[in-house]
Amino acid sequence: MPFINFSKDEIQCKIVYYGAGFCGKTTNLQYIFGHTGEDTRGKMVSIDTKGDRTLFFDFLSLNLGKIRGFDIRVQLYTVPGQVHYDATRKLVLKGVDGVVFVADSLKVQRKKNIESLINLAKNLAEKGISIRTTPLVIQYNKRDLDGTDSEILPIEVLEKDLNSMLKVPSFPASALKGKGVYETLREISKLVVKDVSRKILLIDKQLR
Amino acid sequence: MNVVITKKEIEKINFCLKKVVSSSSAHSVLLIARSGQLIAHHGDTLDIDISALSALTAANFGATAEIARLLGEEEFTLLFHKGRSENVYFSAMGEHVIMVTLFNDKTSLGLIRLRINQVQEELSQIVSLIFGTGRT
Repeated sequence: MPFINFSKDEIQCKIVYYGAGFCGKTTNLQYIFGHTGEDTRGKMVSIDTKGDRTLFFDFLSLNLGKIRGFDIRVQLYTVPGQVHYDATRKLVLKGVDGVVFVADSLKVQRKKNIESLINLAKNLAEKGISIRTTPLVIQYNKRDLDGTDSEILPIEVLEKDLNSMLKVPSFPASALKGKGVYETLREISKLVVKDVSRKILLIDKQLR
Repeated sequence: MNVVITKKEIEKINFCLKKVVSSSSAHSVLLIARSGQLIAHHGDTLDIDISALSALTAANFGATAEIARLLGEEEFTLLFHKGRSENVYFSAMGEHVIMVTLFNDKTSLGLIRLRINQVQEELSQIVSLIFGTGRT
């Protein structure tokens, strides 16, 4: 649900980072916050528990510059990944314009990734949104663990598990080291802005 | 659904917000969508990250609505947080929007509530037009 303000020539969009617990959603936002100029981003707000788990959400607003004369402001949210926080996830998804699904590459997390993606599809459907039509990007996080003692899944397996039906853009990443973080953000922003631009054109026609 | 706000609608909203600020001595008023986006604001908000405030307000209201449902209420339509010198008053403006009023001890909660009630109907009409026109 983008907010198009013709008085300020401003568009506000909401992007939600979704995924199972400890997959790296907050780490993505922390990296973006730490590597973006103060003039283009706001404060990062986190509501978490002492154990570093997101209790409610993290929030970061970014200014992406101008498109067709409109200032594009993007609001990034994360959701809590734990299964029992489903009500919170539904709240955060309210008015969402695009989703980054962060998948944990660890082999032991394989089932949880699939469950989380099914949960995303279900929660979007409850809001009348189809996972197939909403702007979506998948990020395969923790690729930096390749070659360590922790066993990670090959990209092909993750693609087959999570992206064989959706066929959306996907990126290998290490949110901790920053690899793939901006690529993911750039792609989801592009998809969301494209979607919003299409809607603006339609509105322009209707208003004339 | 897109939410499109025209210049005319923003002017009307700003008029209502100005009226609340000037007549109640609140230092700022914000109108926020329940999905966390800021619609309009008036008053002295220079030192506040209003995007973050909007996101937290929407979350606060959402969480409180869940508490209300647990207690068998439909919703709590008013929330008030009292600080040492700063206070925040949240009030629902229909099903889509929340008004946030920031004020200090120079004014009272009673006066704030009175002034908000006086613009509530006018604001609710504009808001329902913005969210209900089907400009999709």
